[in-house]
Amino acid sequence: MSDHESNYTPKGAFAKWMDDRLPLMRMMHGQFVDFPTPRNLNYMWTFGGILMVMLVAQIASGLVLSMHFQPSAAAAFDSVEAIRRDVNYGWLLRNIHAVGASMFFLAVYLHMARGLYYGSYKAPREILWILGVIIFLLMMATGFMGYALVWGQMSFWGVTVITNLFSAIPIVGEAIRTWLWGDFAVSGVTLNRFFSLHFLLPFVIAGVVILHIWALHVVGQNNPTGIEIKTKSDSVPMLPFAIMKDAFAMAVFMVLYAWFVFFAPDYLGHPDNYIEANPLSTPAHIVPEWYFLPFYAILRAIPNKLGGVLAMFGSIAILTIIPWLDTSNIRSAKYRPMFKWFLWAFFFTVVALGYLGGKPAEGSYVLWARVFTAYYFAFFCLIMPIVGLIETPSKMPRSITDAVLGGGGSMAGAAAAAAAEKR
Amino acid sequence: MASGTKASDTKPDHGIGAAHDEHGPSRRDFITTAALGWASVGGALALWPFIQQMNPDASTQALASTEVDLAPVKEGQAITVLWRGKPVFIRNRSKAEVEAAKAVSISDLSDRSARNDLMPDSAAASDQNRTKKDNENWLVLVGICTHLGCIPKGQGLSDQRGDFGGYFCPCHGSHYDTSGRIRKGPAPRNLEVPPYEFVSATKIKIG
Repeated sequence: MSDHESNYTPKGAFAKWMDDRLPLMRMMHGQFVDFPTPRNLNYMWTFGGILMVMLVAQIASGLVLSMHFQPSAAAAFDSVEAIRRDVNYGWLLRNIHAVGASMFFLAVYLHMARGLYYGSYKAPREILWILGVIIFLLMMATGFMGYALVWGQMSFWGVTVITNLFSAIPIVGEAIRTWLWGDFAVSGVTLNRFFSLHFLLPFVIAGVVILHIWALHVVGQNNPTGIEIKTKSDSVPMLPFAIMKDAFAMAVFMVLYAWFVFFAPDYLGHPDNYIEANPLSTPAHIVPEWYFLPFYAILRAIPNKLGGVLAMFGSIAILTIIPWLDTSNIRSAKYRPMFKWFLWAFFFTVVALGYLGGKPAEGSYVLWARVFTAYYFAFFCLIMPIVGLIETPSKMPRSITDAVLGGGGSMAGAAAAAAAEKR
Repeated sequence: MASGTKASDTKPDHGIGAAHDEHGPSRRDFITTAALGWASVGGALALWPFIQQMNPDASTQALASTEVDLAPVKEGQAITVLWRGKPVFIRNRSKAEVEAAKAVSISDLSDRSARNDLMPDSAAASDQNRTKKDNENWLVLVGICTHLGCIPKGQGLSDQRGDFGGYFCPCHGSHYDTSGRIRKGPAPRNLEVPPYEFVSATKIKIG
């Protein structure tokens, strides 16, 4: 894909002069204007662009918030309140940033679900997928530390619980925890270093995003059929086709984002976080932000400190090896009649774990959390390898063009495509 | 888009910037321009909060006025107070200083504007225009040199007060007279008179 022939021709003397010295415009044109994109991409392929916009929105709003925020135990909570009340448009900027985190995670979960459903993690896209998992981990670290900065009760006790996870590590755990805190408990020292890291990590994310896009443009985009681009008729240029589709989806996504920002900015948060951090009293019911709930449910499902921590980190780490756990050579779940249902059950499992993570850790909630945690890991460790071996894939179109146009002149192709579409 | 192969064989024709032939701009050109125009308006509006957030916030605006009790300041003495983060010079001038300030002819001044925040720029730089009637002994000035923002000398008893007996800025050698008007040196304007009023016989409110 990256070696496709670009039709870039420099316009004017300066463009030509520049092109001989730094062919930046040639590269941008080749990668983002006439880059061949599969002609059958659906709206699930628009979240990559949306995530780019969210990263920029978070960095821009975060930069201006950092001009007013004071990273000390004494002043942090008050400075956030001052931002909401006194700073010009501070209420708007703060809502953009706080709601933005939720929208960022919403988009990334849909983006990941797309990758799972259409087999975007499979060869030759393993590195692309692993870079994505790294971005996801960095996002989680950034989101977690950003939430800490508000210095409310949920911030404080969330930090306490999550940093205490490291104490589960045998022998060195306690020392690591103290090192993270810089104190003998979570304190202003911890807050200050979280602020530094919260400022740094988005730029690290931006760097990995560049690698992610690079890897994407080497192997090219996957598509709903999971069939690679074979001929010219399988693809359309990125501009205007993919760009316009992205732009429309972005506008719709922004409407949802704006609705939360203007009409329900606190809906996705928790009221306890409007009580200033108090190291002497834990709220009765601590929950993380909604986007961490499935992993929090896995942590609580295991009745052993180290086991719970390992399961929680393992639930994310396992994503890095799924390109090799999945034994099927069919990419798209559209043509995998068995796997498809297991995958939908997996999506249901993640949502269910999210629900259970927000409930108290008692009674049947724990029991169900264990059932779903078991399925979470069984899906990757058992279902992915076994189903790939025993399943008979359904008939596939011969090419992307066949899938779209219903046959490239041959009846067999048309029948196959029709059969594929019927599902 | 019915024939992808054919389109890519010939010259690329994908809408933006294309398809305005001898018939003039096409409907697509109109839609593209209108959409980009509308997006630019939205972008510009979205930028406004990001710029405005750097201006003084509500808590800063709330501290915009200061009350000062003048009773302890005897004739010939001066005090400096803080108003909006800036030093304000308040001097109880001696009779000789007031007379010296009044005796100056406007034509001798390099800046002939009163520089009184409560008066228009056209007001002449007479001592009357820079003080309050019946309280001519009180001189209230923003103590910031109009050259590059240093604080001039002259408030302290042992300070050098320049060739005209008012204030002297040591940074670049600007001399101000007993009404705070620039007489010599690089400063372009007279020292600013902040908005203030007497709320009682011995108390003023600045701002």
